[in-house]
Amino acid sequence: METFVQQLINGLTLGSIYALVALGYTMVYGILGLINFAHGEVVMIGALVALAAFKLLAATMLPPVLIALIGFGIAAMVCMALGWSIERIAYRPLRNAPRLAPLITAIGVSLVLQQLAMLFWGRSYHAVPALLPSEAHEILGARINEVQIIIMLAAGMAMTGLIFLVQRSKLGRAMRATAENPQVAALMGVDANKIVALTFVIGSALAALAGVLVSANYGIAHYQMGFLLGLKAFTAAVLGGIGNIGGAVLGGVLLGIIEALGAGYIGDLTGGVFGSNYQDVFAFFVLIGVLVFRPSGLMGEKVSERA
Amino acid sequence: MSALLEAINIGKTFGGVQALKDVSLTINAGEIYGLIGPNGAGKTTFFNVITGLYQRDGGEIRFDGVPLSLTSPHEVAAAGIARTFQNIRLFAEMSALENVMVGRHLRSRSGVLGAVFRTAATRAEEVAIKQKATALLEYVGIAAKAEIRAASLSYGDQRRLEIARALASEPKLLALDEPAAGMNATETAGLRSLIEKIRKDGTTVLLIEHDVKLIMGLCDRVAVLDYGQKIAEDIPANVQRDAGVISAYLGVPNE
Amino acid sequence: MQNKKFAGFALIAIALIALPIMVGIGFGNAWVRMLDFALLYIMLALGLNIVVGFAGLLDLGYIAFYAVGAYIYALLASPHFGLHWPLWAILPIGALVAGVFGILLGAPTLRLRGDYLAIVTLGFGEIIRIFLNNLNAPINITNGPKGIAGIDPLTIAGQPLTKGMDLFGFHFHGLYLYYYLFVILALLIVLVTMRLENSRIGRAWVAIREDEIAAKACGINTRNVKLLAFAMGASFGGVAGGLFSGFQQFVSPESFGLFESIMVLCMVVLGGMGNIPGVILGAVVLTVLPEFFRYWAGPAQQAVFGQIFIDPESMRLLLFGIALILVMRFRPMGLLPSARRKAELEHLAPSLDDEGKA
Repeated sequence: METFVQQLINGLTLGSIYALVALGYTMVYGILGLINFAHGEVVMIGALVALAAFKLLAATMLPPVLIALIGFGIAAMVCMALGWSIERIAYRPLRNAPRLAPLITAIGVSLVLQQLAMLFWGRSYHAVPALLPSEAHEILGARINEVQIIIMLAAGMAMTGLIFLVQRSKLGRAMRATAENPQVAALMGVDANKIVALTFVIGSALAALAGVLVSANYGIAHYQMGFLLGLKAFTAAVLGGIGNIGGAVLGGVLLGIIEALGAGYIGDLTGGVFGSNYQDVFAFFVLIGVLVFRPSGLMGEKVSERA
Repeated sequence: MSALLEAINIGKTFGGVQALKDVSLTINAGEIYGLIGPNGAGKTTFFNVITGLYQRDGGEIRFDGVPLSLTSPHEVAAAGIARTFQNIRLFAEMSALENVMVGRHLRSRSGVLGAVFRTAATRAEEVAIKQKATALLEYVGIAAKAEIRAASLSYGDQRRLEIARALASEPKLLALDEPAAGMNATETAGLRSLIEKIRKDGTTVLLIEHDVKLIMGLCDRVAVLDYGQKIAEDIPANVQRDAGVISAYLGVPNE
Repeated sequence: MQNKKFAGFALIAIALIALPIMVGIGFGNAWVRMLDFALLYIMLALGLNIVVGFAGLLDLGYIAFYAVGAYIYALLASPHFGLHWPLWAILPIGALVAGVFGILLGAPTLRLRGDYLAIVTLGFGEIIRIFLNNLNAPINITNGPKGIAGIDPLTIAGQPLTKGMDLFGFHFHGLYLYYYLFVILALLIVLVTMRLENSRIGRAWVAIREDEIAAKACGINTRNVKLLAFAMGASFGGVAGGLFSGFQQFVSPESFGLFESIMVLCMVVLGGMGNIPGVILGAVVLTVLPEFFRYWAGPAQQAVFGQIFIDPESMRLLLFGIALILVMRFRPMGLLPSARRKAELEHLAPSLDDEGKA
């Protein structure tokens, strides 16, 4: 029972981070029908920029929580600029190219971002200073850390804000219209290019938040941290139904829980043959399973057959 | 005349919308059979059900005396139904000749081993495929354009190429989905004589068309679909006089 | 005509025989080693080209099949299990098992659209790597992250190629012998690929790439034909992997990361998807160019700036990334587009894209 609750808490924490990143994938996919392969690297840049800001601000004697906020703010701005540039340089010129072309450019952007990050920050793992309160509490025999609570709260707030933005605001309506039918939206006076750019910018801000949170969770940051995280978040988006914002949140949380429970129990289930070192495999099996049995995801509508 | 294709009570719904409701019709061997109806009447849906692209929700299809169970498009093609598409689907990067050679897929059998070791059987088959494909290009009248990339052909020639590719499988039934769409009068006239030639050479033709004049002049029998239901099936002259058909086309409420 | 053709072949043969000798004498054996690697990459790229170039299925986990081939050789010809099977027994097994893995990957992913397929194959590549990393317990199969060392060198007729050979008063270094073996196998793979391309199966692959629904309507069983593409591509990877294993005499999961998959993909894309000479060119350029960087970039920076800003390895990756972006932007058909695609530029008649959608 304790293991279960503990893994549930860990899973929820991890899952809310996946959900944040998954939103970035799903929003871009919803509008452009494109998998923004480089999104995971934006998360990584967010984490490392925030870390750099933390280090600079450490000397100012500001309260740690304020440092964390300012650091996040800087990371968010850098990532937003980055997201905007990626769309501009790598995707917009290829909007009418064959499907595989933007995917291949995206791989290129990924490589470039990773290597640039490596040039700036080196190959080593960086310890992230503990700026957030980290006292542990006990629930049902399991331990929950205040950092974990903050992660879930911050992610939850960001996602609520986003859903509000998309469902209620004029900008959100324009985004939904563009996703539905770009030509018609354009006729109605929606500037599709602007909407697409904004989608990247918003997704990147969420990525920056995810970067800060994930590095706070594990206490480390590294130039390769974005790849696997991005892949799993994409899995989460597919699990929920890609293009569906609520689905991305659900998929992220579910995937986090599946992974945590899987890692917690795989040893017992297989009599010790497989251990928690296989944790990373679950996401891929989930991905393959979803795509085979329910390609439209949990919350995606059944796509009608088309010729 | 014997029935080549019998469709019995075909039904198909899309997310609650009934696209086809109990459509039954019979296409006889050797005839040119027309399927018409206003936009959204379910013609293309029926077509896609017949050719296995959509799975029907209800009903039965008998083709050449045997039931055609729920199957995939390639199995339908193997059973002897070849088709063209409303919005032309050629293999754009392949030459016209190669397009038709792909159409020979069902009538040839070489596999990987044959190709790798270039066995005598494979070589002979390749020669035969090429000959047949060349002959078909000639048959539809675009032999001179054999080496041109499909996407670079003129619109009318693309339609002809698609027909040649469909004929390459030597089908019993050739199903044409709006072959005259977007054609000018000269091209349509050429198409008409091509379809007549195909029928004369023994292939039954199912034709969906908007061009009522073409349908009436070409078809032996015509069925009319409206809101997913068959409202008439007869020889063209009778269909033209049918009150239900006229009101369906003119939008007059049907008493 | 026949004579001319024969003369052409003879010329190519002489060039291929002389190449390592000239390179070895001119630049040193390190560059012959580079040639050996280039040949392995040619085999890999040609295998991936079947899947990506012909059938149009973007596979980002292709290196997994290379890994399968490499580990099969490593397990069957090393002290790890005490087995020392001969090369000619292992290579077909490696090809077969890799082919089966290809089908295992292909089967669940067949219905997926291009970009989904890319992500799933990427995940598959990672799964294989994670298993290679962890299958050292409870039974030690792969020896985990440490990898398997002491693998038997490639051996022909009882002669390990590493030893080299004296012939015509010239000492052929082991690297030369590897080169000759690899050249023969690469030529074989080129021949197989060429024959497949101009066959019923090859046409079916391209048809699926161009329009899957139309391909089905032509009676092509797209499921089987796609699986065949996966299996064929994978088996080439398996052969190349086995050769790599016996060449390096050491394998570890590190050699089979995502980056390797991407590099092979770059070779296919850069050279010209679907075009055999293009793919070969891509493989050679992307094997040799980075080595030039390794040799020149460091010293050049040292000379100009007095220190090394960008280490050659990450310079290489950085340039790869930039190259991918630029090639897709300005030359999406690759350096050597296939003849078919070149024809596109020559015929300015109205095209499907303009009218077909109207």
